[in-house]
Amino acid sequence: MRTISLIAVAVFKESVRDRVPYAMVVFAVLLMAASYLIAQMTAGQDMKIIKDLGLAALSIFGLFIAVFIGIGLVSKEVEKKSVFAMLSKPVSRTQFVLGKYAGLVMTLAANLSVMTIAYYAVLYYMDLSSSPAARAGWPAPATDPRLLFAIGLIFAELMLVTALALFFSTYSSPLLATLLTIGLWVAGHFNADLRNFETVVDSTPVAALARAIYYVLPNLAPFDVKAEVVHGMPIAMRHVLYTVAYAVVYITTLLTAAVAIFRRRDFQ
Amino acid sequence: MPAAIETEGLTKDYLVGFWRPRPYRALDALTLQVEPGEVFGFLGPNGAGKSTTLKLLMQLIYPTSGSAKILGRPVGDLEVRRRISFLAENPYYYDYLTAEEVLAYFARLFGYSGAEVRTRVARVLDDVGMAGQRRMRLRQLSKGLLQRVGLAQALINDPEVVFLDEPMSGLDPLGRRQVRDLILKLRERGCTVFFSSHILSDAETLCSRVGIMAQGRMVASGRVSDLVAFELKGWELVVADLSDDAARALAGRARTVTAIAHGRFTLDLAPDAEPERLIGELRAGGATLVSLNPVRETLEDYFVQQVRAAKERQA
Repeated sequence: MRTISLIAVAVFKESVRDRVPYAMVVFAVLLMAASYLIAQMTAGQDMKIIKDLGLAALSIFGLFIAVFIGIGLVSKEVEKKSVFAMLSKPVSRTQFVLGKYAGLVMTLAANLSVMTIAYYAVLYYMDLSSSPAARAGWPAPATDPRLLFAIGLIFAELMLVTALALFFSTYSSPLLATLLTIGLWVAGHFNADLRNFETVVDSTPVAALARAIYYVLPNLAPFDVKAEVVHGMPIAMRHVLYTVAYAVVYITTLLTAAVAIFRRRDFQ
Repeated sequence: MPAAIETEGLTKDYLVGFWRPRPYRALDALTLQVEPGEVFGFLGPNGAGKSTTLKLLMQLIYPTSGSAKILGRPVGDLEVRRRISFLAENPYYYDYLTAEEVLAYFARLFGYSGAEVRTRVARVLDDVGMAGQRRMRLRQLSKGLLQRVGLAQALINDPEVVFLDEPMSGLDPLGRRQVRDLILKLRERGCTVFFSSHILSDAETLCSRVGIMAQGRMVASGRVSDLVAFELKGWELVVADLSDDAARALAGRARTVTAIAHGRFTLDLAPDAEPERLIGELRAGGATLVSLNPVRETLEDYFVQQVRAAKERQA
């Protein structure tokens, strides 16, 4: 456990000094600029749009961090051969993979935290600068704490995407791993359509295949509760818990597979 | 006491080709034993199988057949890794960490903590002459300084066996001298050093034994003094202030006479040419002696013979 945490901290230090701060700055600047523009252009809908846009930006920038740093860290170690120094130390390949993953999750958590603070700061400012009449028209308060559920589920989704990125980067090139991860992220958001494919096609084998793919591919739609929190609708705690449990099972499976591949791999 | 390093029929095939992969034998049945305290030079041209052997010993790749042990235990055993260290060729670590942070990180991976980490890091940075650059991020360091960080990380755990893959690579003459001194220090401490190189002069001055690899096979191994007969092959005499006429007159007594500057000549003499008498005659004629060196068979000559022979056998 000590070795895993040492690797995780090193990954975190390396990532934080790398490209991550730029992503955060870009996110914050975009968010601020967007909030002012939208406040000028919309009538009464500005808060909903700002909340929605903020969560979407948080999700997209989080995805950017998860995919590019997730893939870069492992494949760069292999490509530039720093993995040689690591694996000649008393570090097992399992500890190496798990340490890398833990470090990436720490990086992701730090980034999401900073972005969340920026997001709430904008919402707070909008709240202060709005009239009581405008506030009365909002479906939920500007700094609604339920937004944290949406952000928590975005974090769980990004942890899953990070595990996907790590899994692909243990055996494929960085470019292929990036394409596969982003491809699965997109597919994961439309995956639910495959479940009831028999309503669209007549062929039973095709419907069965679609259902099998549905179970194998990550189902990311349940992680998206942005619309509910933005419109002030309730979110069932059971939904949150089931979704997190699904993420835990899927991540465990991916990491087990990543470790199994990494343990057998030759580093030429 | 078990051998420091022991391999038995160690073989590695790589698959080459995309559509119809075929095995390519990078290492062919390497059987080798290195005793504790030895400095073993693992020599060979590029593609001879040196790095493949080191990667197999570090379990970065898995053998097709055969076995390898370090300190009497199978390679890959985590307990063994606590007692050994490895410097890869052209090492790369973490761009955004400082030299001090990287070394502290590696020290902690060996189980050290607190003041012990700080002491070890300071000591190895001193050993490789990098105390002044300890707070620089690795991306700011030159190739030679990165190589020194690599050497420092290989010393952090006071290893019993050190594996160095081309340790002089990328170093300036001063750096190479420091590495040579370090290897000698390790030898004095009783540490076993296994290093691959194609710089034969280093092997000649440092190694108690060498192994020569070619085409994936060990073609010769033994003490340098046993492999190279050190037979006198001639003399190289350099003289100055010699007139062109006097130089032409030497044509019958030297195998070759080469002008290297105005009035300065190099004479290649046969082993029985009695250079002392010739020097006396040249001095009497007004010439000045610059240097006189015996020409012996070197490890390089032996190496070239062995590698050529291996290539011819394979052809």
